[in-house]
Amino acid sequence: MFWLSSLFCNRFYNFNQLSNITMIKVNNLSKYYGDYPAVINISFELNKGDIVGLLGPNGAGKTTTMRVLTGFTPPTEGDVTIGGFDIIKNSLEIRKLIGYLPESVPLYQDMEVTDYLEFMGKIRGMSNSKIKKRLPEVIEIIGLGEYRNVLVGKLSKGYRQRTGIAQAILHEPKILILDEPTIGIDPVQVIETRGLIKELGGNHTLILSSHILPEVSMICKRVLVIHEGKIVADDKPSVLSEKLKTSEQIELSIKAKNINEILKELRNLNFIVDARQSLTNQETSTSDENINLIVEVKPENNAQEIIAKTIIEKGWGLIRLNSIPMTLEEIFMHVTTDEKQKK
Amino acid sequence: MKNIFLIANKELKTYIASPMAYIVSASFLAVTGFFFVASVSDAFAEASIRGFLAGAVFFLIFLSPAITMRLLSEEQKLGTLELLLTSPLKETEIVIGKFLAAFSIILLMFSLTIYYTIILLIYGVPDIGPIFTGYLGLILYAAATLSVGLFASALGPNQLVSLVVGSGILTTLTFIDFIADRLTPNIAKILNQLQLGGSFSVFDQQSFGISEGGHFADFARGIISIGDITYYFSITLIFLMLTILILESRRWR
Repeated sequence: MFWLSSLFCNRFYNFNQLSNITMIKVNNLSKYYGDYPAVINISFELNKGDIVGLLGPNGAGKTTTMRVLTGFTPPTEGDVTIGGFDIIKNSLEIRKLIGYLPESVPLYQDMEVTDYLEFMGKIRGMSNSKIKKRLPEVIEIIGLGEYRNVLVGKLSKGYRQRTGIAQAILHEPKILILDEPTIGIDPVQVIETRGLIKELGGNHTLILSSHILPEVSMICKRVLVIHEGKIVADDKPSVLSEKLKTSEQIELSIKAKNINEILKELRNLNFIVDARQSLTNQETSTSDENINLIVEVKPENNAQEIIAKTIIEKGWGLIRLNSIPMTLEEIFMHVTTDEKQKK
Repeated sequence: MKNIFLIANKELKTYIASPMAYIVSASFLAVTGFFFVASVSDAFAEASIRGFLAGAVFFLIFLSPAITMRLLSEEQKLGTLELLLTSPLKETEIVIGKFLAAFSIILLMFSLTIYYTIILLIYGVPDIGPIFTGYLGLILYAAATLSVGLFASALGPNQLVSLVVGSGILTTLTFIDFIADRLTPNIAKILNQLQLGGSFSVFDQQSFGISEGGHFADFARGIISIGDITYYFSITLIFLMLTILILESRRWR
């Protein structure tokens, strides 16, 4: 664990080249489906032991990137080397290094859990004795003990997910690629699965895709944000969250006559970036007396409290005050505009 | 080699655990049994398995694709093909493994028909030669039809489509001589060579379901010809290779 943490510190201070072994090297990768570009000209390098999240909305190119890495689909342009092997010339060698859980969690419905895992282990080249030793361990780690002799088709979604992860880690691959591992399972199982993945991280180079920012922040040490087939950000999750926290939006509904007076008053507060009338609410609102505003504030612990206090002191009626969580699209807007500004 | 065996073994287990193999075997025995009885129940009937062979050759046009339809279609539908193709397995190993599983099932099915021969041995004096060549021909014929079925199964995730496409190809190869009759002699000559062996005149008292000009006729008569063996081998190999190509084409797209 010490080795791992020192590894990431090195990365942070940017003198990482000496101590790290490059595991995955993606150079100007593009993938077109017909004329449709799924991934455009992306490059990144991952080192041994990296835990990396691919973050992006649906259709951003996460799955395509993973499919290229696993050798399932070839890149249209660009080079990919994994563990020193070329993805096209040495596909078979690369496939030995990888454990992969596709997004749809494909499983043979009519096999028992242990039979399925045994089969998957064997086609990954494990010997019978190795499977005999490793299988109980994996079942223990994944928590499939009770279900070892149940038909896969009869498992609940969460346990199917676990079986999927089990087949991916069974042969102790150097690289673990999990495509949306927590999608479609209930919240309790999501938390359990996240914990599980986090535990697995130490032993593998782990690539995980998700469209949920907190999930990636929790598990990963590095996040690649993919948007419309391009990498728009590549950073530590904490840095990324900081970046995204440059502003927060608060929605206000105030009972008052003069909107300009309110706007003026709010703009006087030093942490407020922008205050404007909310357009969407204006149309839907039935009462003329309520003024709906959207206020953009810098991250401040008690911003809401101060705003409320100001309004009440002025004698206006505060009907509603709530913060609007940033949608993923807005996050991407922020990230993309940030990148543009840098250039 | 080990990987081929792994795939074949897994598919065989799935066959044995699912009702499909039993339904196919039962209907195969019922249909061929009917043809066998029809061929030996005349007053002066010949003690041969020609009726059984005719029924088998005809019915396998539909049964072989029914056996193979799930082999690759289901993998595509469940998405498990993605796991197979991202495992260190070659496409060739996957295809041959699956083919061997289906072939084993059909050999098991054929072994259940041995009792027709036993009945003949008890109640008559059959000529063993044509029985032997008949079974040899049938095994080669089955390999060819299964390979066509497997090819159809590689085409898409829908099992029903695979069944229809597979039977469609086999049906076309069966009545290709009807098409040939209507074309110029040179083309007809080539097309006639492709005749699969069966015939749709299944209730004809002379031929039953075996085409006189096709590649199965000699086997049924007790003659082993290199041409016929080559034909069935070629069909089997060509369609297995096409199946492998379809799976590999994923890597070119």
